[in-house]
Amino acid sequence: MIAEIGRFLIALGLALSLLQIIAGWRAASTGSQAAARMAARSAYTAFAGVVIAFVLLIVLFLQSDFSVAYVASHSHVDKPLFYKIAATWGGHEGSMLLWCALLVGVGAALARFALRQDDQLKNRAVSIQGVLQLLFLGFLAFASNPFDRLLDVPIQGAGLNPILQDPALAIHPPTLYIGYVGLSAAFSLAVAGLIEGRGGRAIATALRPWALIAWTALTAGIALGAWWAYYELGWGGWWFWDPVENASFMPWLIAAALIHSAIATQKSGNFAGWTAFLAIMAFSMSTMGAFLVRSGVLTSVHAFALDPERGLWILAIMTILAGGGLTLFALRSSKLGAGEGFSLTSREAFIGVNNLLLATVAGVVLFGTLYPLVMTAFGVTGISVGAAYFNATATPFLAALLILLPLAPFLPWKKNGFNRRLATRSTFWILPGVLAGLWAFLIDASPVAIAAAAFAGWTLAGVFTDLWEHRVLQGMGARFSLTGRILAHAGVIAIALGAVADSTGSPETVRALAEGEQIEIPDFILTLDGVRRADGPNYLADEARIVVDNGRISELLPQRRFYSAADTTTREVAIQSGLSGDLYVSLGEPRARDNGEIAYEVRVSFNPMVWLLGLGAFLIVLGGLMASVGRALSAKRTEAV
Amino acid sequence: MLKLIALVLSLQTAELSPAQELEAAHLMQEIRCVVCEGQSIADSDAALAQDMRLFVRTQIALGAEPDSVRIALAQRYGDEVLMRPRLSGRTAPLYLVPLVLLLIGGALVGVASRKR
Repeated sequence: MIAEIGRFLIALGLALSLLQIIAGWRAASTGSQAAARMAARSAYTAFAGVVIAFVLLIVLFLQSDFSVAYVASHSHVDKPLFYKIAATWGGHEGSMLLWCALLVGVGAALARFALRQDDQLKNRAVSIQGVLQLLFLGFLAFASNPFDRLLDVPIQGAGLNPILQDPALAIHPPTLYIGYVGLSAAFSLAVAGLIEGRGGRAIATALRPWALIAWTALTAGIALGAWWAYYELGWGGWWFWDPVENASFMPWLIAAALIHSAIATQKSGNFAGWTAFLAIMAFSMSTMGAFLVRSGVLTSVHAFALDPERGLWILAIMTILAGGGLTLFALRSSKLGAGEGFSLTSREAFIGVNNLLLATVAGVVLFGTLYPLVMTAFGVTGISVGAAYFNATATPFLAALLILLPLAPFLPWKKNGFNRRLATRSTFWILPGVLAGLWAFLIDASPVAIAAAAFAGWTLAGVFTDLWEHRVLQGMGARFSLTGRILAHAGVIAIALGAVADSTGSPETVRALAEGEQIEIPDFILTLDGVRRADGPNYLADEARIVVDNGRISELLPQRRFYSAADTTTREVAIQSGLSGDLYVSLGEPRARDNGEIAYEVRVSFNPMVWLLGLGAFLIVLGGLMASVGRALSAKRTEAV
Repeated sequence: MLKLIALVLSLQTAELSPAQELEAAHLMQEIRCVVCEGQSIADSDAALAQDMRLFVRTQIALGAEPDSVRIALAQRYGDEVLMRPRLSGRTAPLYLVPLVLLLIGGALVGVASRKR
């Protein structure tokens, strides 16, 4: 019965979205208040309905109702309560339902909060958002309904892929999806603005807060995924340039470009077309991210959701989004208005270069990810593009971005801004740069890493100068915005430094150890003290007790788990974190030696200063939130005046 | 046959100098595992990846240049094992496109800057 109510609510959401499209469109065209109210109420009701459907799916998981196909294939009676709930969005259908709930939520939020002074643009955007809702709810209802029943009810569920049974991964998809789907608001506002023939400034002003919040959530989601990869996959890395990671990195880059270019468009009307273009691309890229993950076209370590048929559906949706959006852009972009022009050392010029570099990296990632596929389609096989390629091509652009970053906040809008004062000031930033480079040299970093550290020192000095110089700003809003900017920029530097430190780490040491045997790496001696059984609710496990000696004695307990329901083995790494870095230990397969001894494969590595990466992500997210608050406060102030 | 196994085992435990160890590790990160295609042989648990790691280490221990090891692996397993593709007619676009994008984008920023 519950599943049938869920089906009904999805159908209801579909019908209400259609009503939302028609009423919203009418309200925008005729200015009818009644139609506007109807569009808003449709959006609210659709949101309530889809959220209830989502809650019902959680209830089905809690009941372990295996007559529902999706529950049967993703849950198991033995699964701990928290993961029964998290399994709701652990597979394709459930995550699509989450996607739809958020998408309809954005529709309701647009109707409620967007553009208090511009009903026409708002109603048009609500209508466009309804089109998005219709597309995705249609896909949900007809091609991936989580409430489909099974004729043969299994006694037991198949269980979720065990590597997904993890707290970070339980909250990673919802956070990432808030980011992906949040970008739909920018899409709808930009498309509505193009239809209405509004100027670029109006569009940029309307979409800025939405893009900022979505980008912040996207950052948090990607960071959680990287953290998960670091400690759950057990390979010691945090970013693999895997196609699925690339799929989330592209919208992140585009959204990062968008939140910068929208500032310039709002200030002086420059980059008006580009801002609208980015807004359309950002959500299209998000949808493509879903397409890349959910279809079987890419071979990937994340290959837990392969389904080419649905991929075709998403491809069709994407063609409508990107094709429709860009066609409209081509037809209407002349209405956006021309910019006022700017000098090559103005703030706009630097924002332009920021966008140039971010967009180029996004282009490189897109091209590198798709090129082997396209060539294979033409019969040319044997081309592979991996981490080494992306590191080699993307890093120079990202480095240039960091080096130019600290200058931008000191430049005036439009006018030539590189004066003697800035020249003197930036000369002082060289000193911290030299110090950072020296530090990297002393920890035996490679020449590239030394250069990177030096430039990071320079950038960090510039960012703090920005804080000092602009500390006396009028109003809470401006202060919040400034703090947000500083934190986010400092976070980017922390991530760059973390990546540099990580690259100086020595490779992992792999040894087969019997009880009592040791691995020595610089500064640490690890002894396998013993291995015992440590079974959990739905898995069997071997747990090694490894005694660590680095002056002080401590112990680490890595596990090797076997999940019988999914017939899968996972590694639970043990990590000892410290200021200088993480000691990272994972336990592999046991092997019998000739003399009958059992030796376990133990992998040990020391990953320098991994905390910098976490700190960086935290700072960026905090910065994004503060800037959002700052913008909201400033907007109130302007309204009051 | 036994001798060969003994030789392989002795090489498996053969100590590389720290510099060689680093060279081998970098090389392993650039070779794709043929079994788990998303991973490099440095990361992969597959038995074949272990063999490939052993091959890399032996070659480096024997003093081979990284490039010759790459070529040897590519000849045996196909070009797709190279995670950073060698520059050739088929892979040239991978290295040209970034530059083209940069030039087009730069021109766009230049055009946008002009006063109207």
